Amino acid sequence: MNSILVAAATLAGLGLFFAALLAVAHRFLHVEEDPRLDILEGKLPGSNCGACGSPGCRAFAERLLNGSATPSGCTVSSEDATADIAEFLGVDAGVMEKRVARLQCGGGRAQARQIAEYEGMDTCRGAHVLGGGGKGCSWGCLGLADCEVSCDFGAIHMSSNGLPVVDIDKCTACGDCVEACPRDLFVIQPLSHALLVQCKIPLAGEQARALCSVACDACSRCAQDAAPGLIHMDNNLPVVDYTAGGPARPDATFRCPTGAIRWVPFGQFAEDEPEPVVVRQARGRFYV
Amino acid sequence: MKLLTRTFPHGVHPKEHKDTAPLPIERMPFTDRYVLPLAQHIGAPSKGIVKVGQHVERGEKIAEPGGFVSVALHSPVTGTVRSLDPKRHPNGSLVPAIEIEIDRYAGQETPRGTPADPQAGSIDDFVARIQQMGLVGLGGAAFPAHVKYRIPDGAVVKELLVNGCECEPYLTCDHRVMLENAEDVVRGSVVLRDRIGAHLATIGVERNKLDAVAALQEAAKGDDRVRVVPLEVKYPQGAEKMLVKAVLGVEVPAGKLPLEVGVLVNNVSTVACLADIFDRGTPLVERVVTVAGPAVRRPSNLIVPIGTPVRAVLEYCGGLTGDAREIVMGGPMMGQPLGSIDVPVIKGTSGLLAFTESKLARPAEYHCLKCGRCVEACPVFLNPSRLARLAKVGKYEDMERFQVMDCMECGSCSYACPSNIPIVQLIRVSKSWVRERQRDAKIAQAKEAAEQAAKPAADGPGDASAKDGKETNR
Repeated sequence: MNSILVAAATLAGLGLFFAALLAVAHRFLHVEEDPRLDILEGKLPGSNCGACGSPGCRAFAERLLNGSATPSGCTVSSEDATADIAEFLGVDAGVMEKRVARLQCGGGRAQARQIAEYEGMDTCRGAHVLGGGGKGCSWGCLGLADCEVSCDFGAIHMSSNGLPVVDIDKCTACGDCVEACPRDLFVIQPLSHALLVQCKIPLAGEQARALCSVACDACSRCAQDAAPGLIHMDNNLPVVDYTAGGPARPDATFRCPTGAIRWVPFGQFAEDEPEPVVVRQARGRFYV
Repeated sequence: MKLLTRTFPHGVHPKEHKDTAPLPIERMPFTDRYVLPLAQHIGAPSKGIVKVGQHVERGEKIAEPGGFVSVALHSPVTGTVRSLDPKRHPNGSLVPAIEIEIDRYAGQETPRGTPADPQAGSIDDFVARIQQMGLVGLGGAAFPAHVKYRIPDGAVVKELLVNGCECEPYLTCDHRVMLENAEDVVRGSVVLRDRIGAHLATIGVERNKLDAVAALQEAAKGDDRVRVVPLEVKYPQGAEKMLVKAVLGVEVPAGKLPLEVGVLVNNVSTVACLADIFDRGTPLVERVVTVAGPAVRRPSNLIVPIGTPVRAVLEYCGGLTGDAREIVMGGPMMGQPLGSIDVPVIKGTSGLLAFTESKLARPAEYHCLKCGRCVEACPVFLNPSRLARLAKVGKYEDMERFQVMDCMECGSCSYACPSNIPIVQLIRVSKSWVRERQRDAKIAQAKEAAEQAAKPAADGPGDASAKDGKETNR
């Protein structure tokens, strides 16, 4: 009986001692933190996507507080949420151009020539490592949805044509798809940059057309038709450089013989497919 | 007896299927067009030196080495250069290539140049001649041969190991070379052994090729510094490090070359080519290819000029059966499945295997049973089961920590797995991720270093912004 009492008393004593220690530590080692930080973090989407350039939402909140970022720097927040944060901080929301992920390939099942049937691993990277899937083009989209899986916001779905379609309303320009694509087909650019080159084939003429019906065959008509300096040809592909000339107009695309360069002020592949059809759900094939 | 045969620990023993072993090597007749991609080997692609319309002789140099880790390329036939446009490479990509149309009335004799004494001149002359003759490792990886022969200062080669294992199922080209060309194999081994200053040349041959062992022993009679060692039949014994372990019982450290333990390893066909290069002055313009598999009508061992389209080779072998489903270049374990048969035979092509649907049936994948068979099979002592599990959840950093980059993708784990988990496939994909990450990190590091160098004085604000840049760089 006695030993139990001793044990209980010792434990209680220890508890009191450490509690006192913690109380003292709390008093003297206290770090002053802006109380707004927690509130701000609560107002941010909490997806920690990194599209703002900060390693997570809390870090972005810190940057908001010290004034090195504007509320519109968060591309995930809705307009209302951004305005709310701006009001809370009493600052201007700032202007942040809407940026989205764009695919530099337009060669889906219906356009790209198929030379073989690919039966390997069901991922783009697997196909890329193993001789490049079944398409004859070794630069284009593999169509096995690595980007769809990588997108945390559900903004990418594979179309029935085998190409990823980006939902521009949901896309936060976080860049996960850029990293996921083994062929580096995604670029993040402002939505207003509507002149899109949907091809990466560095070949010219017949060789390029033999691979895909929407391949760029390097005829360079777009470069001639665009405002001086806006488009230049590099490695048999047009490069649209918005800093070098302008304004960009749809004219540049009118004489394109294949439709490799397009004027897309909205989501890509919208005209091909008015109603997106989800043909592929997230994969659950592998056991972990 | 079994205890006396040497081998390495772990590994697997797939069914051998070496049905083409008794078939003598025959010369394939010439076809109309030859396509020679400039990237036939590991390292920098060669640089073309011919123009469209130019007449070239068989054995004439058509491309110069593009760097030290690169070799010259020679025309396999007498004919005319027809195009320099990109053509499909066996790996699926479109790469610059030289297309040559044959001259139907030319003799197409095997080119004979001036013989040279391999022991005369400096080692640089020896290395340069081999590079100019276009020799690469003919075992399959096509690593430029001369790079290995340039022994770095301070390193000593005690022993030359000649790799006659041919551990991949189906392939028999090295076997036939050892049988029919034993003199050249021994001659090449002696040349190389003396040139690199090794005491001993050891030819390692698996025990399923005892006739080759006998032929080589016969050819090596009188030279007691050439020995032929029979090895137990096991895959992947033909991998450099496994062969060193099997023959000498020494382990090559991870990430190091066999040179670390004083050994140089070369394939039998490669050393046989050394005899061609020095005694006859013949560059590498053709190689022996095994055409086999259940979907080939007439399996054969063929001498095929480099650049022959796979389609022509298969046609010469009687074509494919109707249920042909997949064609693999190289062995079934590590070979490259072809996306098109309009690709050429390249220097590293050891075999062309055609499989039928039934051979390719992909059995359903089950849960990992933690049975450990893959661990017992892995020749480099990794834990494939754990790596596969990490690969499925995308933990590539952890995989790097578990030495995934030491995996040589031999496929023993996938072969051994009773649950049909595509282990090696998952690892291959992950390795591509890890490589990409390492490359990105290197680029970022170089960029940072350049930025640091560009800044004249590293004062407060400069430092802070550099740090900031690093933090925000995702």
